[in-house]
Amino acid sequence: MSQFAINLLFVGASFALYIGIAIWARAGSTKEFYVAGGGVNPITNGMATAADWMSAASFISMAGLIAAGGYANSTFLMGWTGGYVLLAMLLAPYLRKFGKFTVPDFIGDRFYSRGARITAVVCLIIMSVTYVIGQMTGAGVAFSRFLEVSSAAGIWIAAGVVFIYAVFGGMKGITYTQVAQYVVLIIAYTIPAVFISLQLTNNPIPMFGMFSTHTESGVPLLVKLNEIVRELGFQDYTADVDNKLNMVLFTLSLMIGTAGLPHVIIRFFTVPKVADARWSAGWTLVFIALLYLTAPAVASMARLNLLTTIYPDGPTAAALDYAERPDWIKNWEQTGLISWTDKNNDGRIQLYNESPNFAATAEARGWAGNELTVNNDILVLANPEIANLPGWVVGLIAAGGIAAALSTAAGLLLAISSAISHDLIKKTINPQISEKGEMLAARISMAGAILLATYLGLNPPGFAAQVVALAFGIAAATLFPALMMGIFSKRVNSTGAIAGMIVGLVVTLVYIFTYLGWFFVPGTNMLPNTPENWLFGSTGYGISPLSFGAVGAIINFIVAFAVSSVTAPPPKEIQELVESVRYPKGAGAAVDH
Amino acid sequence: MADHNMNAAAYWSANLRYITISLIVWALVSYGFAILLRPWLAGINVGGTDLGFWFAQQGSIITFIAIIFIYAWKMNKLDKKFGVEE
Repeated sequence: MSQFAINLLFVGASFALYIGIAIWARAGSTKEFYVAGGGVNPITNGMATAADWMSAASFISMAGLIAAGGYANSTFLMGWTGGYVLLAMLLAPYLRKFGKFTVPDFIGDRFYSRGARITAVVCLIIMSVTYVIGQMTGAGVAFSRFLEVSSAAGIWIAAGVVFIYAVFGGMKGITYTQVAQYVVLIIAYTIPAVFISLQLTNNPIPMFGMFSTHTESGVPLLVKLNEIVRELGFQDYTADVDNKLNMVLFTLSLMIGTAGLPHVIIRFFTVPKVADARWSAGWTLVFIALLYLTAPAVASMARLNLLTTIYPDGPTAAALDYAERPDWIKNWEQTGLISWTDKNNDGRIQLYNESPNFAATAEARGWAGNELTVNNDILVLANPEIANLPGWVVGLIAAGGIAAALSTAAGLLLAISSAISHDLIKKTINPQISEKGEMLAARISMAGAILLATYLGLNPPGFAAQVVALAFGIAAATLFPALMMGIFSKRVNSTGAIAGMIVGLVVTLVYIFTYLGWFFVPGTNMLPNTPENWLFGSTGYGISPLSFGAVGAIINFIVAFAVSSVTAPPPKEIQELVESVRYPKGAGAAVDH
Repeated sequence: MADHNMNAAAYWSANLRYITISLIVWALVSYGFAILLRPWLAGINVGGTDLGFWFAQQGSIITFIAIIFIYAWKMNKLDKKFGVEE
């Protein structure tokens, strides 16, 4: 069987599974559509949330980022997991007790204001729409590499599959397809990692293999990797970071942002009890950790594999002859994600860091510049080929990458469509709408959101790549503080919360736009995006635009408390509402409002 | 009613205490061991590198899981003690 046929089989079988689940899990009421009926087992929900959360970025890009940055990019590992600690203790149980359907629902009721609800809806839509673009383009890339269709055709197919289970099944359909998608993606991620770990260290568990002895050289794997990268002018893989303030703030922004993402929060509305919401957050992190503990191992091993492929006799000996390059390099050259130019005309592949400090060494070795460019994203996708694994593993990776993109896209689309049908239509424009009418509105909003996401996936705006800064920055600076203050303070009132959200949003956006351009239009940035120009840049502790979400969050808290303290406290019934979300008793009843 | 309010306040302050302790551990392993305190832990060798690196790429995630499960377990006991469980 050809590789194409194997890939088609794996992806086709996974799609058949998702559609089968969709037929089985049709939503019959708005409660089923928004929160899967509220009866999802906490472990099942943990698995679904893990798939909901782990996007194309986690599956495809993260290991490549860590491979390139080494220790410095540990921020992604800690930032994208530490948020669940905040979620488990500061938000999920109380929002579950509140027992409504959407995130703006809580903000609107707690801050007794249509303005607060609309502000939350606007923030939710901006961050979710930006985020979903990356999922659609990610699915497109996976399709075009593995299934030999154009990226555009891939996006249409992906949209069609999501349409079937999201429009008919709502949260119910999404929940059970996400469970299936989690299983597909975790198997796809782990199997190649286990084989590579065995090949390099004889240890079958990648997270231990990474800290074991490299069998071929007899020294620890990370020591070996440090030696090689140093010889090629890169900084040590495990090298420390100078600007620790920025590293702390970036990690904090990712953590707060993760806890404030509506499509993650609403998953905790689907479990039966408050106690289940707490357990479920723990299970979510267990399922996420299976991938996140493996990713750094994949990163270090793939980087070592790549460099030992290019320099089979060590970095100081002759590099690989281009004519003898392995098949996987040939395959990926066709996609343009690996490219080679023979700058010193020796027919060999030189890969090194063109830094001024290393220029003399490079010249002495007869090198005339770095000749190989490797896109970070291919590390995970090419892993099975690099390790010479059989064709079915490649098929699995194809299905896994697509599963990661689709599961996150569906969760985001539900967050968008429920904010429209529930918060805008039912709670703002037409409160008299019937249950049936709201259900229809929910399905139409979902279909509309899918069409919008498809359009944006096909015509991605220039800022799609900045999604991390934007989505996490906004979530951190707006929704997270508002939700937390709504639970932990009885004093913060409607005026304070709205002022906090708006100031947090504006300050964060202005800071990001200052360096990345107004609305990300290239050339409109007011300062160059380099460390010297960042806030406090002259001290060497500049704050990058990616790290500013945490500062935005702090500003939000300060403004909300300051404004609240000079305006009237919330009415008595609101203080009682805050009191009631703090105690678990009665959550089962609360959902049937 | 007064008794109920006192109980409610005691339940909430116990919860806040658990949250505070958990967040201290949460910050210590990630912002502490993995980032700010890494130079001080450099002498402790873990598999060819230092303890701070291990915390940055493995240890903090494992600790996060432990924090959530311990918190959930303690809160369940607290819910029962104060009779607010479902």
